[in-house]
Amino acid sequence: MVITVKLFAHFRHGRFKEAEKAFPEGVDCLHVIHSLDFTARDMGIVMVNGLHAALDRTLQDRDTLALFPLVGGG
Amino acid sequence: MDRILRVNLTDLTTRTEETPAAWAGLGGRALTSTLVAKEVPPACHPLGPNNKLVFAPGLLSGTSASNSGRLSCGAKSPLTGGIKESNVGGTAAQMFARLGIKALVIEGLPKGDAWYGLRVTKDGVAIQEERELIGRNNFAVLEAIEGRLGKKAGVICIGTAGEMRVTAANISVRDPSGKLRSHGRGGLGAVMGSKRIKFITIEDEGAPGIQLADPEKFKAASRVFTKALMDHPVSGTGLPTYGTNVLVNILHEAGGLPTRNFTSGRFDGHDAICGETMHDTIVARGGKPRHGCHAGCVIQCSQVYNDAGGNYLTSGFEYETIWGLGANCTITDLDDIATADSLMDDLGIDSIETAVAFGVAMEAGILPWGDGKEVLRILREEVGRGTALGRVIASGAGAVGRTYGITRVPVVKNQGIPAYDPRSVKGIGITYATSTMGADHTAGYTIATNILNVGGQVDPLRKDGQVELSRNLQIATAAIDSTGMCIFIAFPALDVPECLPALIDMINARFGAELTGDDVAALGKTVLKTERAFNMAAGMTPVHDRLPEFFRTDPVAPHDAVWDFTDEEVDAFWNF
Repeated sequence: MVITVKLFAHFRHGRFKEAEKAFPEGVDCLHVIHSLDFTARDMGIVMVNGLHAALDRTLQDRDTLALFPLVGGG
Repeated sequence: MDRILRVNLTDLTTRTEETPAAWAGLGGRALTSTLVAKEVPPACHPLGPNNKLVFAPGLLSGTSASNSGRLSCGAKSPLTGGIKESNVGGTAAQMFARLGIKALVIEGLPKGDAWYGLRVTKDGVAIQEERELIGRNNFAVLEAIEGRLGKKAGVICIGTAGEMRVTAANISVRDPSGKLRSHGRGGLGAVMGSKRIKFITIEDEGAPGIQLADPEKFKAASRVFTKALMDHPVSGTGLPTYGTNVLVNILHEAGGLPTRNFTSGRFDGHDAICGETMHDTIVARGGKPRHGCHAGCVIQCSQVYNDAGGNYLTSGFEYETIWGLGANCTITDLDDIATADSLMDDLGIDSIETAVAFGVAMEAGILPWGDGKEVLRILREEVGRGTALGRVIASGAGAVGRTYGITRVPVVKNQGIPAYDPRSVKGIGITYATSTMGADHTAGYTIATNILNVGGQVDPLRKDGQVELSRNLQIATAAIDSTGMCIFIAFPALDVPECLPALIDMINARFGAELTGDDVAALGKTVLKTERAFNMAAGMTPVHDRLPEFFRTDPVAPHDAVWDFTDEEVDAFWNF
């Protein structure tokens, strides 16, 4: 299945801004995170299709997964 | 004992008072709101002789505590008709504190047409008639005063918008770089203009300085506090690197980035204006990605943004301004937005209120969507020259909506709603609705917990837990706004257990007090209730604690979210 992965802030360094990636059916967010050489501890905000998601959330074909480090503003 | 300086413009006199015992433990917002509530008749005209303009440094301002250099300004707001406190960085708070000035209170109205400057020194405050700088904007005023008094002098001033008494007029405060920061919200610049005060200068030569009750205890607590700020990923790494504008992409992704006057929660042009693009642009042009608004700031969330030729264009260029002219007005040229930011600073108008006003103006057809160049023309030629259109826009979003018959006007208590859509980030909607300040994200920044996973997680799209979240944050914020601390200390305070106790230890070591966490929470509650009582006496009712109707009727993409709180649910905010 194909997942659109979006990276933000310093997660982009040496990686990419947005990419479509193929994964086996039934993988979860953490699988994708590990495939990009991140750890769970690196994650600030994880969203699937614009909704906050747990790391063990199972992904569906054509989902958009957005990964942010812990950042903020205001 | 710190003093209170009073300036009476009606008879052109000044006097110095001892601080009343009841106010000794107050600073910043707690002091400005207590003083305004006690001395300003709630039903008075905000631009008339009975309003008072109050400046107060925070309880820890002037000490070596990190991020403690915020100055509060309070009055009855001509924008909201309620009480207002707006706080700012710059150099003035620390200078007031070192001079032993608890508050500066400006009262009355001059009888004639003359304008005045106030000169604050160790000997008190003097009133001086001013002719040269009337009709000039902020950057020219800062430069002229630097020529008169040197680089060390603190400056608090208004631009031509404040002279015109328009309700988006702000008050500027000189920052350590010689540029400015703003008491942005609520039209306080119009109050200063009504009193015909163009500027206040501060010289701290011979100042007595701060006497700490327990220097050793203060030093130890200060070390723990600073470490908490540096260790937290948001205040220690995120804010210094990308600044507040990192939020463009986060809110876009979450569907909470108000776009095209609040008709969508996502903006196709987000990449052009986002924090990541801005960071790379700043670095490529030789600007500064890190910059502090006051000495002693360890977070450094601000920046210096250069133009394409590598020359200074603006600083203090924040997410809310970039959102407001970017997504909300669909402008994708970051240089146009930066130029507008500089113009708004120079004229002395709030960059949130003005940007929200432009969104309503675009909906009204006054100018095309996304036309950054026309925004710049209107700022220069209409607002700058005080034309009728310029004054309508510089009176804020509510004024534009009323003048042009628009119903989608994002305001609460007539103050423009900032950069987070309350339909898809519901906690901030409770803050907008209930804040005594009108729509103000900083009053109870639920984005931390709704979106950023700081201080836990409360689902932004569900109603559960939002009222309690906003209440707790508004109480804490009212207390933090009284200490002189930057609101961004809330990020570590929500997550690092040692942070808040260290803050309280510093206050105790400064004053020889024995405050507990409960005392500080009680202070926050008292501030909110004092402000609420003023607003009610000024004619507000629970009906003023409501979001505009369109949030209930118009779903916002991508989550098709609507504002669905009942009136009773919103009013439960005040059950404390």
